[in-house]
Amino acid sequence: MNCTEFLANLTDYFDAKTASSLRSELEQHMADCSHCYVTVNTTRQTIEIYRNDELFELPESIRTKLQQAVLIKCAKMKENKGRKI
Amino acid sequence: MAMTATPEENALHPDLLLIAKVKAGDLSAFEQLMRQYDRQIFRIALHITQNREDAEDIVQDTFLKAFQKLDQFQGNSKFYTWLVRIAVNESLMRLRKRRSQKTVSMDEDIQTEEGSIPRDFADWMPNPEQNYNQSELADILRRTIQGLPPGFRTVFALRDIDGLSTEETAKALGLTVPAVKSRLLRARLQLRERLSRYFRVPTGAHPL
Ligand SMILES: [Zn+2]
Repeated sequence: MNCTEFLANLTDYFDAKTASSLRSELEQHMADCSHCYVTVNTTRQTIEIYRNDELFELPESIRTKLQQAVLIKCAKMKENKGRKI
Repeated sequence: MAMTATPEENALHPDLLLIAKVKAGDLSAFEQLMRQYDRQIFRIALHITQNREDAEDIVQDTFLKAFQKLDQFQGNSKFYTWLVRIAVNESLMRLRKRRSQKTVSMDEDIQTEEGSIPRDFADWMPNPEQNYNQSELADILRRTIQGLPPGFRTVFALRDIDGLSTEETAKALGLTVPAVKSRLLRARLQLRERLSRYFRVPTGAHPL
């Protein structure tokens, strides 16, 4: 297995979707190839850092405000339709 | 005719019970659905638009549209996936408006080969994010993901941050499974490559 083939299987490898024979081939390549070994580890860290970060959180106060705004509009829509939606 | 889940399968998902209540006129059931998914929808919208104000508007518009179109929801996919699809469309529309150009789509910039081949093979420091304070880290992460084309950013957000499966992501974005996989790979590798600048072990230093 070369590095290009290794990368082509990286997504399935992360998803643990590879058959066990392919999986051991991939792991063998990682043991032999420091580049791919680093790529796998740092890609895994990339995913974890983004997943754990609260950069994209919606503050509770804004949540409440948005929910109320939507519900008021929904109630109006329901009324205008004059029937069950 | 579209394939539909059997009634028994439908009965298993609590969302469908809530939707039935909403259709019968119960707004509090809709409030429950909002409480359940508004944070995820916000995150997705923010990832695509990179603008908090837009993302807040998109949360509103997505749920309003869902409410309006609830009759069209067939129950043959998850409610959440259906909701994400609405949110993605709304987000792309906003992005187009902001940029006042027509070219923003899921297909934008996919021709570029950038980042599909890793170049930086330096290992990273242990817990590299701890070398930056919160606002520095936020800045790094934001700037890094902003550099990705929207189509890559969206796939990464749905798949890796929001935890949708590859199939669900494909459905939400109207893409094929292989297309999602190839974008995901390139999004991850591009982010990795760019973050490496900040997180790599300094030259001359020994890891650990
Ligand atoms: Zn390799």
